[in-house]
Parts: sequence; C-alpha cells; structure tokens
Amino acid sequence: MTHIAIADQPEEELHEPSSFVTKYIWSQDHKVIAIQYSITAIFVGLVALVLSGLMRLQLGFPDSFSFIDPSAYLQFVTMHGMIMVIYLLTALFLGGFGNYLIPLMIGARDMVFPYLNMLSYWVYLLAVIVLMASFFVPGGPTGAGWTLYPPQAILEGTPGAGGGILLMLISLAIFIVAFTMGGLNYVTTVLQARTKGMTLMRMPLSVWGIFIATILGLLAFPALLVSAIMMLLDMTVGTSFFMPAIVSLGEQLDYSGGSPILFQHLFWFFGHPEVYIVALPAFGIVSDVLSVHARKNIFGYRMMVWAIVIIGGLSFIVWAHHMYVSGMNPYFGFFFATTTLIIAVPTALKVYNWVLTLWRGNIHLTTAMLFAIGFIFTFTHGGLTGLFLGNVVIDLPLSDTYFVVAHFHMVMGVSPIMVLFAAIYHWFPKITGKHLHTGLGKAHFWVTFLGTYAIYLPMHYLGFLGVPRRYYAMGSTEFVPDSAQDLNASITVSALIVGVAQLIFIYNVIRSLRKGEKAESNPWGAASLEWQTPDTPPKHGNWGPALPVVYRWAYDYSVPTAKQDFIPQNMSEEEVERVDDSETSSTEGGEDVKNIGDEPVGDNP
Amino acid sequence: MKIFRTLSEKPWIPHPAGSEFLAKNYQKEIFIGRTALRFFISVVSVIFFLFTITFLTRSQFPDFQALAGEPWQPLSDASHLWLNTGALLISSIALHWAHVSARKNQLNGAIASVMIGAFFALLFLLGQILVWKQLIELGYYVASNPANSYFYLYTSVHGLHLLGGLFALAYVTLQLMKKNSLVTFSSSVRLCAVYWHFLLILWLFLFALLTSSTDTINIIAQLCGF
Ligand code: HEM
Ligand SMILES: [Cu+2]
Repeated sequence: MTHIAIADQPEEELHEPSSFVTKYIWSQDHKVIAIQYSITAIFVGLVALVLSGLMRLQLGFPDSFSFIDPSAYLQFVTMHGMIMVIYLLTALFLGGFGNYLIPLMIGARDMVFPYLNMLSYWVYLLAVIVLMASFFVPGGPTGAGWTLYPPQAILEGTPGAGGGILLMLISLAIFIVAFTMGGLNYVTTVLQARTKGMTLMRMPLSVWGIFIATILGLLAFPALLVSAIMMLLDMTVGTSFFMPAIVSLGEQLDYSGGSPILFQHLFWFFGHPEVYIVALPAFGIVSDVLSVHARKNIFGYRMMVWAIVIIGGLSFIVWAHHMYVSGMNPYFGFFFATTTLIIAVPTALKVYNWVLTLWRGNIHLTTAMLFAIGFIFTFTHGGLTGLFLGNVVIDLPLSDTYFVVAHFHMVMGVSPIMVLFAAIYHWFPKITGKHLHTGLGKAHFWVTFLGTYAIYLPMHYLGFLGVPRRYYAMGSTEFVPDSAQDLNASITVSALIVGVAQLIFIYNVIRSLRKGEKAESNPWGAASLEWQTPDTPPKHGNWGPALPVVYRWAYDYSVPTAKQDFIPQNMSEEEVERVDDSETSSTEGGEDVKNIGDEPVGDNP
Repeated sequence: MKIFRTLSEKPWIPHPAGSEFLAKNYQKEIFIGRTALRFFISVVSVIFFLFTITFLTRSQFPDFQALAGEPWQPLSDASHLWLNTGALLISSIALHWAHVSARKNQLNGAIASVMIGAFFALLFLLGQILVWKQLIELGYYVASNPANSYFYLYTSVHGLHLLGGLFALAYVTLQLMKKNSLVTFSSSVRLCAVYWHFLLILWLFLFALLTSSTDTINIIAQLCGF
C-alpha cells in the first residue's frame, strides 16, 4: 500500500497507554475523552433535571415548599436553561458523540490533535466546576434568565448579581475556549484524516451533522464570548458597553450611554445558531439510526447533506426573531420573519426524507428506533409551533408565555434528548461491548415519550391563556381561570414521573455494564465503518494493523443483488456475495440486474 | 467550484474498486496544521468582526468621543503606535525569514530569525503597555469613555493573541532543539509566520479604526447602516 496515513506513521500515538492514569484519566484516546465528556455532561444534565423538578413543584403546588422563594425560582430557571442548552446538549453531542464517532466513522485512528483534545475536556470540566461553584457563592447563582440580558443581569436586585453572574460569565468564556479546542480538532479531522476511499459524500450523515454543527459553533460562540467579555468589563471595571444611564434602587449609577439591545443582538447571533449546533448532530444521528433499523438506505442522501449545509448557513441570518418584542425597525421584523420561514423548507425536507426512509422499510422496533421515531414526532410538533412564532404578529401576543416554553422544549429540549437516547441505545454495544436491556429500554422510552406530551401539550394551552414564563407564581389575574392551576399540577406530576423514569435508564446502564448480555461486533447489521472494527469495544488505535479502505457509501442496506442485507463500507465489490441471476430476475419490478446494480433500491434524488 | 462538485457526487452508485472516489492524499501533517490554522484564524476574525460591529454601533451614541482627530486628543499624535507597528512588522518579516532559512537548511539563520521575531513581538507588547500607561497618565481611563474602553479592549485581546502565538513559537523552537528536524520546523514555523501576518494585518486595521476621527467613524458607521 503506497498510501501512508498520518496515523499509520510510527509516532507516539501508537504507544499504548500503560498505566491506569494515562489510560483513563489523562487519556488522549478520543474514545476515552468522549466518555469523559459524556459522563460529565450527563451529570450536570441531572442537576438541571432536578432543578426543573423543583421549579415544577413550585408551579404545580405553590406555597407548599418554603425553600423555593422567588429568587430561588429565578435561579433555578436560569441554571436549568443554561446547563441544558450548553453544558449538557452541546457538550454531549459534540464533545461526547463527536469525539467518539468522527474518527471511527471516517476510519481514522484518532483525532488529529490528541493532546489538544484531552485539553479540551479538562478545560470543559473546569468550566463545569466554575459553574457549579456559583451555587455556593454568597447570593447564589445568577437568576437573570439563561439569556442574561443586561442591565438587569448585573444590577442589585437580580438574584446572584454579584458572584453568581461573574462566575456564569467566566464559566461561559472557559467553555468557549474548550469548545474551540475541540472544534478545531473535529473539523480538521474530518477534512484531513479520512481513510482511503472515504470521500466527503460517502461520510455517514452523523459525521456531516457533527461537522457542520462544529463549524457553526466555531463561528457562533465568538459572539457569546464577545458579549461575555464586554459584560464582564461593564460589571468589573465600570465600562458602559451595554449599560445605559440608569437609576437602580434609588441611586444613579455610574453608567451612561450603553446599549442593552446590542447585547441582545450579540446574544442571539450566538443563540440561534446554538439551536442548530444542537439540532444538526441530532439530525445526522437520527438519519443513521432510522436507516439502520429500517434496513433501508437513507432517502435522498444528497438532499440530506444539502439541507444540513443550507440550514447551517441560514441559521446565521434569523437571529432577530427572538427580539420581535425588543423593538426594531419593522422592515427588520419582516426580513427576519421571512428568513425564519425559509429555513423551515430544508428542515421540512429532512422530515419528509426520514418518513420516506421508514416507508416500506423493514422496520425493527428496537429501543433506538423507538426513540428515533419519537424524535420525528416531537420535532415536527415543535417545528410547527415554531412556524407560528416566526411571524411577528403571532409572536407579539405569545412572546414570553408558556407557548414559547412549550415550543422550545419540544424542538430543542425533548427532540435532541430523544436522539441522544436513540444514539446511546444504538452505540452502547459498540462502546461497551454489552447490550442494554431491551425491556427496560422500552419502558424508559414509553414513559419519556408519553410523559413529554403530558408535560408540554398543556403548556401550549396555558400559553394561549396568557400565563407568562419565568414567573414564580401567578398571583391573581383575571384572564387566567383557576382551572389553569389544575393543569399546572398535572404537568408537575407528569414532569416528576418523567424525571424519575430517567432512573430506569441509569439503572439499565449500570446493570448492563455489570452483567449485560455480551454484544457481538455488529449487532444491528450496520454498514458504516465504526461497526467494522476488529475489536469491540475498539482498542486504542481503533483499526489494528491496517486502516480500513472504503469502497462505498454507508447506506447499502437490502441491496437486491447482494446475499446479505447490508454491505459494509469497507467491503470491495469482489468480496460482495451476489445472488444468482435466476433469483434476481424474479425480484420485484423485474428490472434487469445491471440496472439494479447501478442504482440500488429505489433512491432517486 | 470544488465544493459544488463534491456536493453533487452520487455516492450510492457503486464503483468497481472505489477508485474514482479516492480521497486525495490529504493525510500530510502540513495540511493538517494549515487547515486547523485556517479555522482558527476564521474564529479570531469573527471575534474582531463582532467587536467592530459593536464599536460602530456604540460610536453612534452621543457620549462617544473618538481618541483622535482634534489636536488635543491623545492619539492624534500616533508616533508611539507607529513605532509599535514597526516592531510587529519586523517580527512578522523575521518569522517569514525563519521559514525561508529553515527550508534552505540554514540552522543558524533560522534560529536567529526566530529569536529576532520573538524579541520584536515582545517589544510590540511592551510598547502597547507603554501606550496604555501614557493614556492613563493623561486621564484616559478605561471607563471614562467608550472609545477608551474599546482601545483597551482591542489592544488587550489582540495582545493576548500575540502572546498565545509566542507560546506556540516557543513550542515549535523547543521541538527543533529536541528532534533536530529542520523540515518539520520549516513547516511549523511557516504556520507561525502566517499567524503573525494575520495579527499584523489585524493590528493595522485596529490601528486605523482606533485613530480615526469622529467624522471618519461616523462615515464608516453610516456606510455600514448604523
Ligand atoms: C423533564 C424535562 C424538563 C422539564 C420538566 C423542564 C421544565 C422547565 C421549566 C419549568 C422551565 C421554566 C419555565 C418558566 O418559569 O419560565 C424551563 C425553562 C427552560 N428550559 Fe426546561 N425543562 C426540561 C428539559 C429541558 C431541556 C432538555 C432543555 C434543553 C434545551 C431545556 C431548556 C430550557 C430553557 C432554555 C429554559 C428557559 C430558561 C429561561 O427562561 O431562562 N429544558 N424548563
Ligand atoms: Cu431562533
């Protein structure tokens, strides 16, 4: 073989880490780093889940819990939102799954900068620690809302206006540094370390989703960094970037002339792409899970790639749809409403393609598949309400009500979580060598899926009634009937059930790790490269002595002329066992063999 | 364009040996460094682009007083900044020279150029700090006017990036001492040089922006639609 990949050169990378510490703690192996990222992210995610439970307790049964006062409620809202969006979802999709899947799916031995990769995790951990520390500083964590709008975020009177917001901003800045280190690694690995034959258009959609999401992150997180730095300066040295002349608690403060709206623009210039930083990996992963468990190639692979790229690009020009009520030029409102509706086109296209992938597929209702199908439901649901909110006239009355809470939880709360679970159930056998228990998995799915609807469907209605978000208690209002409280109580009960149901999952993971059924190397019969490793779980260096060579795309399922119902990506044409001519000529449609070979299974994009 | 050609490939059509779809021989260390550096430079550019957007917006509020223009304003006489610019320019050229010498296999030349480059980069940073000191002595504190805030903000963020570059340069040079391979050194010092050129261009841009008069800034802001 004339081709010598970088990872094949005898470099230090091939030295097996020997001690426990180098193997599991200061590890430079992308798989170990991925697991470190995932465990940390899931841990903070659980903190955020507990916070949401506490909020729901207050909302469902007001005045019953003395330790939740209005300030604490605001702090819970803020920390819950920020942790879920950034420290859980972003970190788990990119740091966790990105790290694990990219090298395996493109046939590399590791990321191109393993050391930087390790650093990325430890810096991320530092960001998490700083964030958690804010629970313990005097005044507690910030209660400014996850959007951290100035001036209130740093003014006396907002909970956590001292140490809390300071630590939040610092933690975000550290997170962005960590993300940038990881992100440079992911994009460079995808572009430069693919194995022989792995062209860009042969990459599984998971890699495409993670790749484009990482680019979005690299371009969007700077906006958050810039706003965090400027807000820190406003807070600590008294500059007036965002702070207008203002009287606070009867006192004229030293600020003058700054523009709070400027912060909002910066924040949402980051904030909207952030939605897609979470969504694109989910789109990619769910495509792969659907295709494998339906034994069909993904419908319209090229369209799916294009949609990912186009959505990524468009996501930078829709941000101000979060600011319709902040006051802006009406033409701007028109512009941003239009772009928002345009971005729905490629998104809808993806949904159609997922459904068409299922159509007449040989659907295996594994746990992973259930979660993937659940995602199609929740995502479509949240996407449709998004179409409404994208219009200025509809958003104005609904903005800052529970309708918005319901919308964004469906589209970027629950849906990516569904995909994360699908991904975990799907790849767990590869990652650990053990199967998760199917019965427990299905129980977990049904409670989570149905519970989700029990929680968020009623919230849409509460929103129509005008129940505002981020309120500790409703007080007495004329427009909200008393029965809304019953609805709130029922939402709380469902939320608690869903929260507790996640223990089934954790139990399932622990149980399976200890005494789960041993997994063979390719239990689902998947064609993509990560399932073709010589060892399960893959060893350091992933591929044994020689890198795999790729001959085809990742979706050769149920090819009519082939004996097996899938052809692995690294199987050359000569190795594929074909069925006899006599059998093929009787296959459906009676097309001749040559044609079928040229255009396998009904995909005509 | 290549990207469109890539995006219009039809991967589902199998090819006999996959030969048409061979990825080019990408996997060379130099390409890896270059790709990563390109992305990194894009990230830094976005950061400064966004700072500049906020600068232009903020400049349209009445309390904004540019640092140059009228004779009594501190940066109307920008000679110190010119000196600093000179230092950064020399540093940038020196690093380029280090790459050229390394490619010609001249060890001494390469080491000397790296040293000169690092020295002038440090000189630049020192010069920037001196300018800060001057401003403070004149009473132009960080919070007394948004233009001042931006001056300190821009120069410190730019300086931190240069400092980071110096660490990278030190690492590259240490690798040369350890492995004694001028070939690797030449390609990695080239990356440093590219980064330095980028920081130089960035600095020239910031320099121009920060020493513009109120009128100029207003015109730019108007052109950008603020
Ligand atoms: C069982 C799961 C969850 C429950 C019960 C839940 C519940 C809540 C509640 C009660 C609020 C506060 C509403 C208000 O008073 O305005 C909230 C806010 C929020 N949640 Fe969740 N949530 C869950 C999962 C998630 C997930 C997975 C995400 C990830 C994106 C998420 C993101 C947010 C955000 C961004 C906010 C807004 C915070 C703010 O207003 O500053 N939530 N959630
Ligand atoms: Cu948005």
